[in-house]
Amino acid sequence: MNEELQKPVNTKAIKDLLSLNDSARIKSWLSICSRCGLCAESCFFYLAKNKDPKLSPAYKVKATLLELYKRKGQVDRAFLQKCHDIAWGECTTCKRCSLFCPFGIDIATMISTVRSICHSQGVVPEGLVRTSTNYRESGNQMGMATEDFEETCSWMAEEANDDIRGVEIPVDRAGARIMYTVNAREPMYYPQDISMMAQIFTVVGESWTLPSTGWDCTNLPMFAGDKALAGQVVKRMYDKAVELGVEAIAITECGHAYRSALFEGPYLAGYRDGKPPVPVIHSVRLFYEYLRDGRIKIDPQKMVEEPLTYQDPCNVSRNGGLWREGREILKYLAKDFRDMTPNSEYNHCCGGGGGFIPMGPEFKRRRMESGRVKAEQIRATGAKIVVAPCHNCTDQINDLNKEYQLGIKVVSFKELITERMIVPDEFKPVASEEE
Amino acid sequence: MTEMYEFLTGPGVWISFFIFIGGLIVRTVYLFGVSQERDRVFYNHADWKWGGRSIFHWLLPLGSVSLREQPVFGAAFFVFHVCLFAVPLFLLAHNTLLHEAFGVALPSLPDSVSDILTVVFLVAGLILLARRLVRPEVRILTTAWDYFLLVFTCLPFVTGFLAFHQIGPYQSVLVAHIACAEALLMLIPFTKLAHAVLFFFSRAFIGFEMGTRRGARTW
Ligand code: HEM
Ligand code: SF4
Ligand code: SF4
Repeated sequence: MNEELQKPVNTKAIKDLLSLNDSARIKSWLSICSRCGLCAESCFFYLAKNKDPKLSPAYKVKATLLELYKRKGQVDRAFLQKCHDIAWGECTTCKRCSLFCPFGIDIATMISTVRSICHSQGVVPEGLVRTSTNYRESGNQMGMATEDFEETCSWMAEEANDDIRGVEIPVDRAGARIMYTVNAREPMYYPQDISMMAQIFTVVGESWTLPSTGWDCTNLPMFAGDKALAGQVVKRMYDKAVELGVEAIAITECGHAYRSALFEGPYLAGYRDGKPPVPVIHSVRLFYEYLRDGRIKIDPQKMVEEPLTYQDPCNVSRNGGLWREGREILKYLAKDFRDMTPNSEYNHCCGGGGGFIPMGPEFKRRRMESGRVKAEQIRATGAKIVVAPCHNCTDQINDLNKEYQLGIKVVSFKELITERMIVPDEFKPVASEEE
Repeated sequence: MTEMYEFLTGPGVWISFFIFIGGLIVRTVYLFGVSQERDRVFYNHADWKWGGRSIFHWLLPLGSVSLREQPVFGAAFFVFHVCLFAVPLFLLAHNTLLHEAFGVALPSLPDSVSDILTVVFLVAGLILLARRLVRPEVRILTTAWDYFLLVFTCLPFVTGFLAFHQIGPYQSVLVAHIACAEALLMLIPFTKLAHAVLFFFSRAFIGFEMGTRRGARTW
């Protein structure tokens, strides 16, 4: 047991947070919710668990934030534990319910506030606490040392040259057009993701660089309720981009990193106007532009024949506005595209969002239960391939594949594109010229 | 009873409208003040195109995915609100009183129409009430106060209907009607019924947040 949890509740800290967050929005939302229950049907937790009324978005807020305000923060550890179970175990802050509420009440923002309050009392899922320590010590969620990161990059540049001649993976190149940032899981577990991106950049002739600090665009403290640390994490990335003088920060195929960099990050980092200091672009948008402008050409012979579907990551589609781009890309890549229902901005969360994946094994059971909705959506399309431009969606859907025996394969756009793009002769590796 | 009647139709009207309108203004201005510091996100992304669409679609009957998925509720909710506004505003008896007092009045519906709309309103209210009791996801949210407000919103209509048809002791029913209606007006600013005004702000906000910033529909 965490020793922080033995301490008495610090009511003053809770009160301070309640008053800090007591915005006109939260005041209005809490007081005008007409308790109509319309939001229930929009939440996949509710749908997945046989419409358990306790999983309706409005109930989750009523049982936590509303109660905290009513009791003016005078709560005990048992209550905080309940808040913890609800705020992390029953909501991925996917924001779907807001579209379905007559008043557009933003449940996700209120659940995030509950998370901050829990965080102030040390009541946070272990898995997220571990990543916070890593961010604090190393600047990335995996605790990877800078040397290891740079080493991985040069190793990947070497490997990439087997496929594409002349690939370089520049680090800290000032004046590049794009500063490309990755999910720390890539250098750690999927270094080929970096290699694939480098191949794409090389073929389109992009001017790009990786940064040596702020290269991890993920922001799990944002989901751990640690707003101060979340602000530092995103600020480190912004600062590096300003220092390198790049035109834009590009985000790898990761959903919440985009949410952090473009939408919540500016507020977390204290930019009052809500704008990041450097424009932010997601790789889904980048790929779409490359294909649209003919900078990447796909070999029609290699288009995917098998039925394929698209997982709209909440933070790329609904919360990132890129559902059209995702589908446009697929027009170049797949012959038999089958959309899920519902899709695009109305898409259901896969169940891996909001920090769920790194929350670890103690949350796995719930993750598999709530993922039933997504599993059924995928099964109904009959697709054999699921494209998911998000690491969390990928992990979750891979787990769902096993749990529900979907018989599918989950792939990223990088993978699909590098395997199918036409490589101009000047980039063909020397070996293949000899053939 | 006559004194009561005199008071309710004289100063009572002024007091209740003063509290109703004044209360809503005070509440809105207060929230506006709070928002200056804490809700920059509301102003930073404000764009009336998206805010407007977000509001507009929820004012249309079945204008949103959410209501289309629950058409019975959607219809009841819509009819409930239309009658809630239409009956008191365009009732002949109300407008006659207005005309006597100020020499101006709104156009009036024929009494037979108002009568039907009153019944329609009460049926819609009953559907909303039944839904609250029957559907577990709504019942779990509902507090005694929510039931009270729903019933209390219907009371002026019930008593008005009784008075119009001269059922029961006319004088007392009429006094009860006016008393309930004035009490309801005074409750609006201080309860969840303030949504009559705050709806526009909260819907606009989600329109900015999801529409202006992301291009996503919120209806
Ligand atoms: C004087 C003005 C208003 C009053 C007295 C009023 C009254 C009510 C009442 C009593 C309910 C609860 C119904 C229930 O318990 O099931 C309700 C619900 C609702 N009202 Fe209003 N309303 C007013 C104006 C508005 C306006 C202008 C809008 C904007 C479109 C609106 C939108 C809603 C919505 C979306 C609900 C939720 C549906 C529900 O809970 O049944 N209302 N209103
Ligand atoms: S849909 Fe909105 S108003 Fe209705 S219960 Fe849910 S949060 Fe409250
Ligand atoms: S934000 Fe998503 S997970 Fe959370 S209550 Fe709403 S619909 Fe459910």
